Amino acid sequence: MELSGAKMIDMYRKMLTIRHFESEVKELFAKGKIVGALHLSIGQEAVPVGVCSALKKGDYIVSNHRGHGHCIAMGVDVKRMMAELFGKETGVCKGKGGSMHLADFSVGMLGASAIVGANMPLAVGAGLSIKIRKTDQVSVAFFGDGASNQGTFHESLNLAAIWDLPVIFVCENNQYAESTPVSKVMRVKNVADRALAYGVDGVVVDGMDVLAVYGAALEACEKARSGKGPILLECKTYRYMGHEEGDPWITYRSREEIEQWKKEDPINRLRKYLISKKMFTENEANQIEEEVKTLIKDAVKFAEESPWPKPEEALRDVFVSSYY
Amino acid sequence: MAENIRQLSFKEAITEALMQEMERDETVFLMGEDLGVFYGGGPFGVTPAEKFLKKFGPERVRDTPISESAFIGAAATAAATGLRPVVELMFVDFFGVCMDQIYNQAAKMRYMFGGQAKVPMVIRTVIGAGFSFAAHHSQSLYSIFAHVPGLKVVVPSTPYDAKGLLIEAIRDDDPVVFCEHKSLYNTVKGPVPEAVYTIPFGKAKVVREGTDVTVVSTAFMVHKALNAASILEKDGISIEIIDPRTIVPLDKQAILDSVKKTSKLVVVDEDYERCGFAAEVASIVSEEGLYYLDAPIKRIATPNVPIPYSPVLEKAIIPDEEKIVNAVKQIMNR
Repeated sequence: MELSGAKMIDMYRKMLTIRHFESEVKELFAKGKIVGALHLSIGQEAVPVGVCSALKKGDYIVSNHRGHGHCIAMGVDVKRMMAELFGKETGVCKGKGGSMHLADFSVGMLGASAIVGANMPLAVGAGLSIKIRKTDQVSVAFFGDGASNQGTFHESLNLAAIWDLPVIFVCENNQYAESTPVSKVMRVKNVADRALAYGVDGVVVDGMDVLAVYGAALEACEKARSGKGPILLECKTYRYMGHEEGDPWITYRSREEIEQWKKEDPINRLRKYLISKKMFTENEANQIEEEVKTLIKDAVKFAEESPWPKPEEALRDVFVSSYY
Repeated sequence: MAENIRQLSFKEAITEALMQEMERDETVFLMGEDLGVFYGGGPFGVTPAEKFLKKFGPERVRDTPISESAFIGAAATAAATGLRPVVELMFVDFFGVCMDQIYNQAAKMRYMFGGQAKVPMVIRTVIGAGFSFAAHHSQSLYSIFAHVPGLKVVVPSTPYDAKGLLIEAIRDDDPVVFCEHKSLYNTVKGPVPEAVYTIPFGKAKVVREGTDVTVVSTAFMVHKALNAASILEKDGISIEIIDPRTIVPLDKQAILDSVKKTSKLVVVDEDYERCGFAAEVASIVSEEGLYYLDAPIKRIATPNVPIPYSPVLEKAIIPDEEKIVNAVKQIMNR
C-alpha cells in the first residue's frame, strides 16, 4: 500500500479534529450549552478516518447516533456541525437534527439515524442506487457491535450480497452496546465471523490503527467498485467515554480496562509513527494541534454567535410540498 | 383526437399507471416480494410478467427476499440519491416488521436533515377485509401512517382515481403510502383514459350529491356508501358521499362545505375506530364546523378488535350498507 506523507498527516489532522471537537462538546454539554443527548466516540477516531480516507469524492456514508467522527472524516464543516449541536439556524440541519441526526448530502454524508441498526438498509439503498445508475461509487454503513444484533444487519447484508451491491459494512466494535459487553450477547468471537452466513468476506482489523483500517477499507472499496459486492469490516476499537455523557460507565467496566486501551490510542500511535518516519517533527505536530484547536474555537464562536431558528421553522421541511 | 376511454378494473388501472410511468421515466423501478412471475406477476397479479419483468428486466422489477426492512429502507436512500422506487408491502398488516424504516427513516429523513433530502418513493400496499384472511391479512391501518409526520397517504376507490393518483404519487417528491383495497382489484370496473393523467393530492371528490346527510368514506367503503344511498333513497333520504381520496393531505374544505349544506355527518372508515381517520374527520368538523351541525356526528368504523376469521364474525365488525343505513337513519331520527 503506497501512502503519501501528506495523506497520513491529513489523517492525523482529522483524528485530532474529531478528538478536539468531541472534547470541546463534552465541556459544552456539561455547561448546558449543548442540550439533548451526547454520544462521544473519543478513542474510536481511527475507524471513521481510516475508512473515509479510502473513499473518493461522490461516495456515500450513513452514520449513527455516535456520528461526529463520521462527519468530520467525510469533510463536513465543523462550524456548521457545532452550530447544529447548539441548535442554531446555521447548523448543517438547520437545528432540526442535533448531535444524533447530522447530515451533509453535499459531501455524501447521507445522514445519521439514532435507531440502532436502522442505517444498514439505508446504506443498501445507496448501494442499489449506485448499481442502477451504473456509477463507480461505494456506500458505507457505520454501525456498532450492538447494531449487529439487530434484524436489519441480517436483512441488509443478505440483500447487498445477493445483489452484489457496492456496500461496505463497517462495524465499529467498541466492545459495549451501551453497558452490555459484546461477549455477553454474541457467541461467535467476531462480528466479522457472521459474514460467512451471507457469502461475503468478513475482515477483522485493528480499529486503533488508522493505517490498518485505511488499508482494509481501500481493499474493500476496490472490490466493491469492481462489482464484487459487499464486505463486512469489523474494526476492534474502544470508546473511552460512556455510552452517552452522564452515564455511569464505571458500573460496567474498570478504569484499568480503559487505561489498557488508551495505551493503544490511535492518535498517539500515528503521531509516534509519523515522527519516527520523519514525516513531521514534534514542532510540526504541535503546530497541527494548535491549528485544530483554533478551528474548534472558531467553530464554537460561530455557533454561539449564530441566530436561533425562527419558531415557525419548526413547521417547515416535512414535505417538499408546502403543507405538513 | 378523441380520447380513448376503456372500462378497466381497479387492478388494471394500477398496472397501467405503473407501466406508463416506467416507460416515461427510467429512474422509476419496482421492488418487492414475488413481483416477477408469481400469480402471473405480483402477489395480486398487478405486475404481469409480460408487461413488467419481460419488458423492463430484473433490474427494474426487483424480486426481493422476505426482508421488508431492508428493501423499504433501501428504497428511501435510493430515492434520496436520485431514483423513484415503487416498493410493494404485500399486505399492510406486514408494516410491523418494517415500520421503523417507514416512519423513522423514510418519513423523517427530509425534516431531520433540515430539508436536504428529497425522498420520492411510493409504498404500494394492500388493505382491507372481506376474504376471511383473519387478523394478519385483513386490516386497513391507513390511519397509522396518517398519524406519523412525513408520509402522504392515498386511499383510492375507483380505477380512474387509482391511475391518476398513482401517477401523481410516483411523480411526487415525498414518501407516499398508496393503499389498494383488495376488494376493489377485480370487482370494481370503471372508465379510465388510456392517456397519462394525474390527480392532485388533497382534492376530495363528491361521489354523489345529496341534501340530508354527508357521508365521508374511503376506498371500498365508498362503494358500500353508494349502495346504502340507493337503499336510503327509497325511504326518501338523500346522502352526499364525499371521497377524500387522500388522507394526507386531507381536503378539509370539501368536507366542511358538504356538512354546511347537509348539517349532518357520518364517517365510514374501515380502519379501527379509536384515534383513527373517522375520529380525525369528526374532530375537524367539531372544531371548524360545529355550528353547521344539527345532530351528533356518527362514526362507523371497525371496532377495536383484531379482524376475526369466521365470515360471520368478520361481517359483524366491518362497516357495511346495513350499518351505514342504520347510522344515517339514527341521526335523522327515522
